[in-house]
Amino acid sequence: MSESTGVIHDIGYQRYTGPRLGRASVFGALYLHGLRTVFGFGRSAKAKIFPWLVVGIVIVVAAVVAAVRSQVGQVVMTYAQFPTTMGWLTIFFVAVAAPELVSRDLRSGVLPLYFSRPLARSDYPLAKLLALVTALWLLLGGPQLVMFLGAAFTLDEGPRGVWNELLDLLPGLLYAGLWAAVFGAIGLLVAALTGKRAFAAGGIVAVFLMTTPIVGILAILPARTINELAFLASPMTMVNGVGTWALGDLLFEGGDGLPIGGFGPLYALAAVLLVAGCVVLLLARYRKVATR
Amino acid sequence: MALIATESLTKTYRGGVTALAELTVVVEPGIVGLVGANGAGKSTLIKILLGLLPPTNGQVRVLGLDPTTQPDQVRARVGYMPEHEALPPDLSAAELVTHLGRVSGLPRTVARERASEALRHVGLYEERYRPVGGYSTGMKQRVKLAQALVHDPDLLLLDEPTNGLDPAGRDAMLALIHRIGTEFGISVLVCSHLLGEVERICHTLVAIDGGRLLRADRIDAMTSATDVLAVEVSEGTEELAARLAALRLPVRRDGRLLLVELADDDTYDQILGAVAELDLPLHRLDQRRHRVAELFATREPSHV
Repeated sequence: MSESTGVIHDIGYQRYTGPRLGRASVFGALYLHGLRTVFGFGRSAKAKIFPWLVVGIVIVVAAVVAAVRSQVGQVVMTYAQFPTTMGWLTIFFVAVAAPELVSRDLRSGVLPLYFSRPLARSDYPLAKLLALVTALWLLLGGPQLVMFLGAAFTLDEGPRGVWNELLDLLPGLLYAGLWAAVFGAIGLLVAALTGKRAFAAGGIVAVFLMTTPIVGILAILPARTINELAFLASPMTMVNGVGTWALGDLLFEGGDGLPIGGFGPLYALAAVLLVAGCVVLLLARYRKVATR
Repeated sequence: MALIATESLTKTYRGGVTALAELTVVVEPGIVGLVGANGAGKSTLIKILLGLLPPTNGQVRVLGLDPTTQPDQVRARVGYMPEHEALPPDLSAAELVTHLGRVSGLPRTVARERASEALRHVGLYEERYRPVGGYSTGMKQRVKLAQALVHDPDLLLLDEPTNGLDPAGRDAMLALIHRIGTEFGISVLVCSHLLGEVERICHTLVAIDGGRLLRADRIDAMTSATDVLAVEVSEGTEELAARLAALRLPVRRDGRLLLVELADDDTYDQILGAVAELDLPLHRLDQRRHRVAELFATREPSHV
């Protein structure tokens, strides 16, 4: 009969009568979970090492660039050049992040737990893709913001100078978005094909590695049209081609950019089609996976 | 309202394999056992109930909803525990169940609360913050059950929930399922190829074989009519049989045994009285509760 205050009473099972959120909230939950996954939040310390190493590198590079500019006055790297310079580092980041997002789920068999819930089949891959693209954009855009702040606080030209910097920064961020979309779409599609993370990572690096020599070969063939279209053969040079056409001076200061002739719009169209194609294949892949 | 109702439900996979053939069954809320050998069509039926697979033919209703046209409404009210390994090893049980609760549409804080509640109900306490990869099979099964429970479904679909468990683990899991079905007020469909296991906790049994319905009934209806008393006397079996028949008790011979259908407790007294009057040496008198398996066995003459 002694009723002590420290006792935990088993209150039994409680039914839930509160609200159940709709598709947008569910998509958001999945998207945020994906974004956390990429950076290792909610996971072991080991899962945080690589992503944060890469984040550390890009931030340090941006800080050094900003410091050199403020001290020496020389622009080592423009905003738009930043994603290009970080190209291979970005590829390695995708090669680790994309398998973490989708291959792991394929292997562990967790997908039936998702698809037995009120979740549209297409929402799972789309939320994962959006999470990866966002992570890449933060990775490539964040350091640009560091460079911008460094410049904004050290320039002598006042508000006018800051405004000019901002006009340089915005195309750089847009360009980072293009990189993020192309790399993310290709990386996630490759990773979704296998449950083995090592295979997925190798496959992603291979897609970028194997296509680069093709560009080299096409670029030296004795036909001008082929040379100008050569850069379509690899995702990295394709994005560079779009940048040459759309950003011009901002990307290749003083230089000529890639010799793509008058095919700029074609490069842009190709990039759009590449991303769209990857998304279509990704959705088809998950239509198949969901019924297993 | 029926919990699950199917009518002429047929599923033929590409390649001509028929997983379900003209399955017509109606089950009422409660704990339902779905039994059948491996490949009988249990998993196919579950996938159709979840709206993951479209049936080739026929009608299906779950909680009064059609999973082929309203899959999201069905899935919002159903919890599913798959047969196979289904947990990412690097996430903690708390993190995983919370996340899946949110995917079921629970708000963030509610999902976290209900996740720890669900894990507590299945018997996971402090270990829920450790990565699932280090769990025993029994703990993993509990996490799978907790994730099916987190969004407070009206129906649980459990596919072989005792798979890979040792005898003690099986008993604990069955007790838990029984508790969910009775105390929690959630209907449960338990799939198993082990009839002896599910008949202990179920109210209703549905047996399928080769995609066809063998029998579906309430378990008390299956067993009550078949409880018999087995009487064995060392000598004078014929005399006793005649005497019992004279007492209007339905008697059958089964080798050296007399089988008497048990009507009520008086049957005992009548048999004992008859044995005493004839002064026969009684060897044994016990109640035989027919195992449900025998009921199904007699229903399948084609399988001899």
